[in-house]
Amino acid sequence: MNFSIYDFTSFNQWIDKFLNDNLPAFWAVAVEMVIIGVAILLFYALVGLFLVYAERKVCAFMQNRVGPNRVGPYGFFQTIADFIKLMLKELIYIKNADQLLFNLAPFIVIIASFMAIAAIPFAKGLHAIDFDIGVLYVIAVSSLGVVGILLAGWSSNNKYSLIGAMRSGAQIVSYELSVGLSLITIIILAGTMQFSEIVEGQRDGWFIFKGHIPAFIAFIIFLISSTAETNRGPFDLAEAESELTAGFHTEYSGIKFAFFFLAEYMNMFIVASIAATVFLGGWMPFHVGSWAGFNHVMDFIPPFVWYIGKTFFVIWVMMWFKWTFPRLRIDQLLTLEWKYLLPINLVNILIMAFIVLMGWHF
Amino acid sequence: MNSIFEYFADIFHTVKSLLTGMKVTGRYFFSPWEIVTQQYPENRKTLKMYDRFKGEVIMPHNDHNEHRCTGCGICETACPNGTIEIIQAKIDMPDGKKKRIIDRHIYHLGMCTFCGLCIKACPSDALAWGQEFEHAVFDRSKLNKTLNQPGSSIIKDIVE
Amino acid sequence: MKEVINLPVKNVEEEEYHINMGPQHPSTHGVLRLVVSLQGEIVKSLKPHCGYIHRGIEKMCEKDTYPQIIHLTDRMDYLSAHINNHAVCLLVEKALEVEVPERVKYIRTIIDELNRIASHQLWWCSFGMDMGGLTCYFYGLRDREKILDIFEESFGSRLLHSSYTPGGLMMDIHPDFQKNVKAFIKYFRKKIRDYDDLLTGNMIMQMRTKGVGLLSKEDAISYGVTGPSGRASGFSCDVRKHHPYGVYDKVDFREILGTKGDTFERYMMRMNEMHESMRIIEQLIDNIPAGDYSAKMKAVLKLPAGEYYQRVEASRGELGVYCISDGNKTPYRMKFRSPNFSNLSALDHISRGVKIADLVAIGGSLDYVIPDIDR
Repeated sequence: MNFSIYDFTSFNQWIDKFLNDNLPAFWAVAVEMVIIGVAILLFYALVGLFLVYAERKVCAFMQNRVGPNRVGPYGFFQTIADFIKLMLKELIYIKNADQLLFNLAPFIVIIASFMAIAAIPFAKGLHAIDFDIGVLYVIAVSSLGVVGILLAGWSSNNKYSLIGAMRSGAQIVSYELSVGLSLITIIILAGTMQFSEIVEGQRDGWFIFKGHIPAFIAFIIFLISSTAETNRGPFDLAEAESELTAGFHTEYSGIKFAFFFLAEYMNMFIVASIAATVFLGGWMPFHVGSWAGFNHVMDFIPPFVWYIGKTFFVIWVMMWFKWTFPRLRIDQLLTLEWKYLLPINLVNILIMAFIVLMGWHF
Repeated sequence: MNSIFEYFADIFHTVKSLLTGMKVTGRYFFSPWEIVTQQYPENRKTLKMYDRFKGEVIMPHNDHNEHRCTGCGICETACPNGTIEIIQAKIDMPDGKKKRIIDRHIYHLGMCTFCGLCIKACPSDALAWGQEFEHAVFDRSKLNKTLNQPGSSIIKDIVE
Repeated sequence: MKEVINLPVKNVEEEEYHINMGPQHPSTHGVLRLVVSLQGEIVKSLKPHCGYIHRGIEKMCEKDTYPQIIHLTDRMDYLSAHINNHAVCLLVEKALEVEVPERVKYIRTIIDELNRIASHQLWWCSFGMDMGGLTCYFYGLRDREKILDIFEESFGSRLLHSSYTPGGLMMDIHPDFQKNVKAFIKYFRKKIRDYDDLLTGNMIMQMRTKGVGLLSKEDAISYGVTGPSGRASGFSCDVRKHHPYGVYDKVDFREILGTKGDTFERYMMRMNEMHESMRIIEQLIDNIPAGDYSAKMKAVLKLPAGEYYQRVEASRGELGVYCISDGNKTPYRMKFRSPNFSNLSALDHISRGVKIADLVAIGGSLDYVIPDIDR
């Protein structure tokens, strides 16, 4: 076996060959699926727990505080303690709630984020499934989550929840457009929707640098609208703590609440990894023109580290947004989308198409 | 044309104001020495309260287990909440007279609003503020304190 | 036979529904209950329900002697505790015709202004939080701690001081007081720029507050909205200017008046008042005359029979104390005209037709403290 942390392709092939040699073809596929499922589940849980911790620390440092520091060194096990607490908490039975939908909603939210994570390339060859329409698939799947939020708000039979859900519906319908259009800007540049090829296309330079100003504008728009799509930051109108107490998840408790909570952080991770993959070169190292020595050092850092680093940088920026800005009002939220982001985005696509047509990009 | 200019001016001003805000939080993120949180139970040893800190009402005793309280009950009347309860005792003086002295000076910490009127009212300066502030107990009855220590007596030179 | 009930058919678009904001709600700053009639997200009308934290302070005053009343006034508007104390002290001093030493007047004025800054800092925190910017909360509290430290050093407590007494102060200021106040002003002049960068200049905040929650000057007067909220509407109501007490007649400060009376103006009023308060303190801090910290008072204070009224400018508006004395050592009747109660009464008027998010912002800009409303 030829295993390296720079390329997982041979490692995957080795597992595939090993299973196929020892098992019938059907069972080999089944075992592979189970392995991938378990791996993603573990990754999901770890990243979710870590992100909750990271958010608390980041916001604490921005607010001149220390943040969690009691459970474990630097409070590192705080989220695990919280998770145990949430698991042990009572699931409060809401008398007049629509029981089926009420119980279904957290699962829809969390499954949507599960499905999206499957298409993301973590490193070369470390890729659950490599669609040729990867970008489209991720956009489609990640917007499924809003169905869960709408159901949660509706079925809780609480006016605060309903207002939150309605806001969230209006918000995601609008901002889905900007997310899609800003990704299309890059798809024009890349000429493909397959994630692995998008990453491969950035071998000689990330798209945010290759695409001149339009790519940069697209990146900013993607950051704004994906923050809105994940119901975070200044766009957290769906939960709007000071207005609607907790918005759509007011009535949820215990592990069902934890699902919403975890899904929020995983959605953030997913949009951050899309941003990292599409705009910042995925797992590709940072290269500067002809500085051979510098590039060689950069190549030495494993791709997985590059990917995680970029993703967490984007997540950090999104946290920075959240802990700086006051919340928008619902009409301003829609004004921002329909009057500013959408027109700018459309013009931006035209400019990008023109640049690609003339071959002005690097 | 003017409106188009305004459109872009709006965007510019908004982005600028948002970046100004982000500069503030970003600066604090990268300057952890500006953290103001106190690590309370850990810094217990170094934690020094101000001299005048109103933690609780105490009755200072000297080395001979003597206090200055005559048991006159002025603090009891000065207190707006009925926090102080004075139980007097009568002792026989050598000359055959009976004299009232303090038996127990009971202080209900749970009812105290820390207004300081008892300390101001005391004619013999028997009461003072203590710096103790960790008053949490599991049983409410523990907050009812007897301020004069058992076996204590009044300092001789206090004139009633 | 089944009876057919004809329910009144309502046009769905015109139908209103009610939500209870409070008594447990993050944005009511306490136990206030607002029954809000909504149409979609738009507030049609609202009804405040008070009384969840009613403690009967006015009735309790009737059994307390005048020095004892002080500690009850702390607990009305706990964020401007010193100023509340000041009102009662001035009332008693006026009734007894006691002349307090100059030193006391200077110290009281400085402490009042420090208290006003502390109160406005906490208002800024909670306003930021109402707008959804949680970081504001911690910056405001961080700076407020410095003032509370100064209070604690001199008077021993941080929030409910009871440090004024009829005739003077409970105790003299700490020897380090002047040094620490000057250090604080230097510190806060630097840190208030953070406030401006983070929230005042922020476009999102300005879009949300400008032109929202308009209160005209006439309405402000008829509802009795005083303090920064009233001045934002152009209602000149600063007691410090019109009926000076303490040494306010000796210092130079502006009464800042607004014109529009929207949420943003109410916000700016308080931000500017913090600057003005710092100016007042700077003028006084070096000139505190030496002397006694309390006038000579009798052991038992008995106000001559009659009616007395005293007003001061609390951090949220005009605080009036009305007292009927029958010559005893306890008042016959005590009534507090609390600024927040009047300010709250205008909430229904100014928040009709705005969205829920704006209602929260308006509530934040009126800066009500619930224990002061209910007393």
